[in-house]
This record gives sequence, C-alpha cells and structure tokens, in this order.
Amino acid sequence: MKVEQISIFIENKSGRLAEITRILGEADINIRALSLADTTDFGILRLIVNDGEKAKLVLKDKGFTVSKTEVVAVEVPDRPGGLAAILQTLDAVQINVEYMYAFVERCGGNAVIIFRFDETDKAIDVLKNNSFNVLAGERLYCM
Amino acid sequence: MFFNEEFETLPRPALEALQLKRLQSVLERVYAQVPFYRKSFDTAGIKPGNVRHLDDLQTLPFTTKQDMRDSYPYGLFAAPMEEIVRIHASSGTTGKPTVVGYTQKDIENWTELMARSFMAAGAHKGDIIHNAYGYGLFTGGLGAHYGAERLGASVIPISGGNTKRQIMIMQDFGSTVLTCTPSYSLFMAEEARVEGVDFKKLKLRVGIFGAEPWSEAMRGEIEAKLNLSAIDIYGLSEIMGPGVAIECIEAKKGLHIWEDHFIAEIIDPDTGKRLGDGERGELVITTITKQGIPLIRYRTRDITSITHEPCICGRTHARITRMSGRSDDMLIIRGVNVFPSQIESILVGIEGVEPHYLLIIDRKDNLDTLEVQVEVDEQLFSDEVKVLQKLSKRIEKEIKDMLGVTCSAKLVEPKTIQRSEGKAKRVIDNRHL
Repeated sequence: MKVEQISIFIENKSGRLAEITRILGEADINIRALSLADTTDFGILRLIVNDGEKAKLVLKDKGFTVSKTEVVAVEVPDRPGGLAAILQTLDAVQINVEYMYAFVERCGGNAVIIFRFDETDKAIDVLKNNSFNVLAGERLYCM
Repeated sequence: MFFNEEFETLPRPALEALQLKRLQSVLERVYAQVPFYRKSFDTAGIKPGNVRHLDDLQTLPFTTKQDMRDSYPYGLFAAPMEEIVRIHASSGTTGKPTVVGYTQKDIENWTELMARSFMAAGAHKGDIIHNAYGYGLFTGGLGAHYGAERLGASVIPISGGNTKRQIMIMQDFGSTVLTCTPSYSLFMAEEARVEGVDFKKLKLRVGIFGAEPWSEAMRGEIEAKLNLSAIDIYGLSEIMGPGVAIECIEAKKGLHIWEDHFIAEIIDPDTGKRLGDGERGELVITTITKQGIPLIRYRTRDITSITHEPCICGRTHARITRMSGRSDDMLIIRGVNVFPSQIESILVGIEGVEPHYLLIIDRKDNLDTLEVQVEVDEQLFSDEVKVLQKLSKRIEKEIKDMLGVTCSAKLVEPKTIQRSEGKAKRVIDNRHL
C-alpha cells in the first residue's frame, strides 16, 4: 500500500525547476503530485510520477541527485474535519508526520494527502484499521 | 627493498660527513659561477671556506622564489648552457615561471632518486607503471618516467587527461602502479564508477601521489576507493622535481628525504630561525649535488616538520611529515590561519562527504566570510530538509570546533565543483586586499 516518491536535490538557482520538468517531459513522464520544500540555499523537490524508475534514471543521467522514498497516500473526504480525523488517529499512537502535501483527485473529487511518516508500516496498519482509504501506488501512478 | 642499499642505509656519521663534503663543494661552485650567490655571500660577509661544519649552513642567506624570478630565465644557472641537457619550468600562476636546467649528471641523479622512491613505495622491476603525471614543462611526468625505466618497470606514459581512456588502459594493460595527483585519483574513481569499472578487479597495487598537499583522511578514502596502497611523494621543480622525498611502504609515516643529495632544515617562516626535530615550520632545502642550478637554503614555502628517529624500513635518511600546506596556500580568515587541507580532513571525516569541496572567501562589511561548498551525492541526500540542514550545521560546527573559524556550509548539486586532471582548485578568494 506504499507509494513510491522520488526526491530531487536542487540548488537555489534560477532555472533548475524548469530544467527538471523539461527533462521529465522529454522522457514522456507525467507528474501526478508534487511538493517543493525550500530553504535559503537549497530545495527538495518531491514528485509522484507515472514511472518512478525511469524518472530517476533520466534525472540521474543529467547529473541530479535523486532518491526514492516510500510514502503513504490517503483519501480524505472533502469536508470539514476530514484531515483532522486522520491526524488525531495517528497522534493517538504517536506516529509522526515528517511532511505531507495534498492534491485533489481528478475523478472522485476527494482530496488525496501524501504523507511521509517516521513509521510507515505501522501508520498504514493504523489507518486501515480505522477504515481510512489508503490508496495503492498503482492507482496514483495511472490516475 | 632498496634501490641503492649502500647510500640509503648509510650510517648517520658517514652520511653527515658526505653532506659536509658535498656542501663545501657546491658552495665553492656557486660562489665562483653564479653572480647572485657571490653577491649574497659577500653581503653576508661569508666565504665558502668559512663553512667547516654542517651547522655553519645556518649562517648563509636564503634563496627565495622571488630570487629565481628576478634572475629569469637562466640567471641562477651554475653550468654553461652547453652542459644543460633539459629545461623545465614551474607553472607560474603569477607572472613568469621559474626555470630550472639539468646537466646530464643531474638527470642521472634525479633518475636514481626517483627509482629509489619507487622502490621505497613498494614498486619493482616487472611492475606496469601508469604514469598520469603531466608530461611537459612540469617535472612530474618525465621525472617519474625516467625513474620507472631505471627501476626496470614498464612505464605507460599516458600523461594527464582523457580519464575514460586512462581507465580503459589501466584495465586492459594491467597497470600495477599508478602515479598522479591525489585529487585526480579520486576523480578517476568517480569516473570508473560511472563507467561501471570496479577498481577491485584492476591489478593496481600501489599509488604514488604528490604535487599537492593531501590529508591522512584522504589517504583512507583513496585506498578504499582504488583498492591500493597510497604513498605520499614530495618534490618541487626548483629543487629537482618528484622524488625529493617519499614515504616507505613499510612505515607510511613520514617521507624520507634523500639526504645524500639534499640538506633539509625547518625554519620559523617569520624569524628565519632554525627549528628542532618535531617542530612545525617551513622546509628549507640546499641541493648539494646539483650542477645545473644548485640552490642554497631554498625556501620551499611548504610547511612540515622533520624527525631523525630511525625508521623500521632501515633507511637512515631523515623523515619529513606530510605537508600540511604551502605557506602561500595558507588562508588568513579573520586572523585565523587555515590550510585548505585541514578543512579537507574534517570534511572527509564526516560520513558520506566526498572530498570534492570548494572554499570561497569573501569580505563583507570589512569581515571575512568563508563558504564551504560540499556536493550532495546519493549517499548524503535525504528527502527531509532537517537531515540536510543538520548536515550543514555539523560541517559548520566541526570546522568551528577544530579550526576556530566560522563558516557557512553550502550544499551544492553533484559535479558542480570543477574537477581537475592536475592540481585541484580548492579555493576562490574574492577578497581584494
């Protein structure tokens, strides 16, 4: 039930983001979700794409530092308190969120939140036991 | 194993007697042949005949790089041009290069000392020596080449550059000994990884690295990545070229300086006073057999210390410690003396950090700033910001703790720091002082 995310190290200088998206575009790779964490000196671009392995290869080939991380995608009902319910459940068992980002599902209209937890497997179990909808990677890649 | 056992193991009293005899002879020669030395000895009120003991050497004036520049190109030559069979020159990053000339006898001595050095490093007849030092005006290539031939080894005169081809040749020709700069060896390791070549499958056994200062930590890195025993060699064109001093493979602790050809002293670079064994200072060398361009008390600007303690290898020649830097490489940042090699040691000591770094010094609002750029490779990279921030904080803290200088560590994308096939450029000083 894990989702594969690729992360790319980028220096804070002009044109890097454009360069990455161009390389992916030329390799026919589609971006499903993204988030950019930035500091004054550098940024980390996190992407979920339709073909993580290929994306990693083409970026590495162009000299970027790329890593793969396992994250968890959870469907959240698009109503007040939807996200709060998930976070409370996790907090109760002391699972920490390292970072998260959201996007809206194209067909269903529900929001999908990507989480990076300190304990991924435990988090998946807890979420499923509490009847939250944890999405399989395949579903996201070809959404 | 010795190349010239008699001279390499000469008992100290005999070695010192030989040094004195050769010193007296070279002083007579330069006084008679080189106007510069006649004038400088006269100014100091010293005649060559006044030097009766080795300790009397201290009374003689120094020779500096500037003196060599002032007598450009041939002013310090002590032999007539018809006797000079080879000319080399230093790179001369500022202004004119310094020029040196060798007589046939000088070339023979250099060749022998280089052969001795190879042997001390554990190379021998039958080795295939991959000589990636640059051939040309720089002394590295030809110096190592002649010594390798004298040793009876097969030498591949590949010179520097074209790294892919270097790796292919090492693989296909079965090179057993590599000679190049330490930074280039790591660049080769990186290229080999990209090419999918495993150094563990190569036949390389020994690497002889010099021409730039490097650290003990970098030795560990090179030995692990290239799967060979890394030996430090020292030389400078003004004195001869590579092979002035070398580590023995038995001890790998200090470089034996060939004292039957050179007299080494350590001085305080500020006062010019001679320092004792174990004290760090500037290395000063007197060449006692050179004919083409003998130099008296030449200030190398290299910072080291000397020991006369016996070595387990059996050589009686004194040892100098690994160079911690050139006195002119030394950076003064907010009044703190810093050698790039010290920063390198700290970086290599931090797990996952590659020894590809760049120091950028600037002056903002009358305060010096030091930026240490470090490349983030896959080993180092994390998708969490806090992990990377912790890394740069750690680099800053360790440099502050060990060297007392405040810096900002900047993580940069891989391969953004320029690689060098010769001497690596580690410092950009933007201060206009």
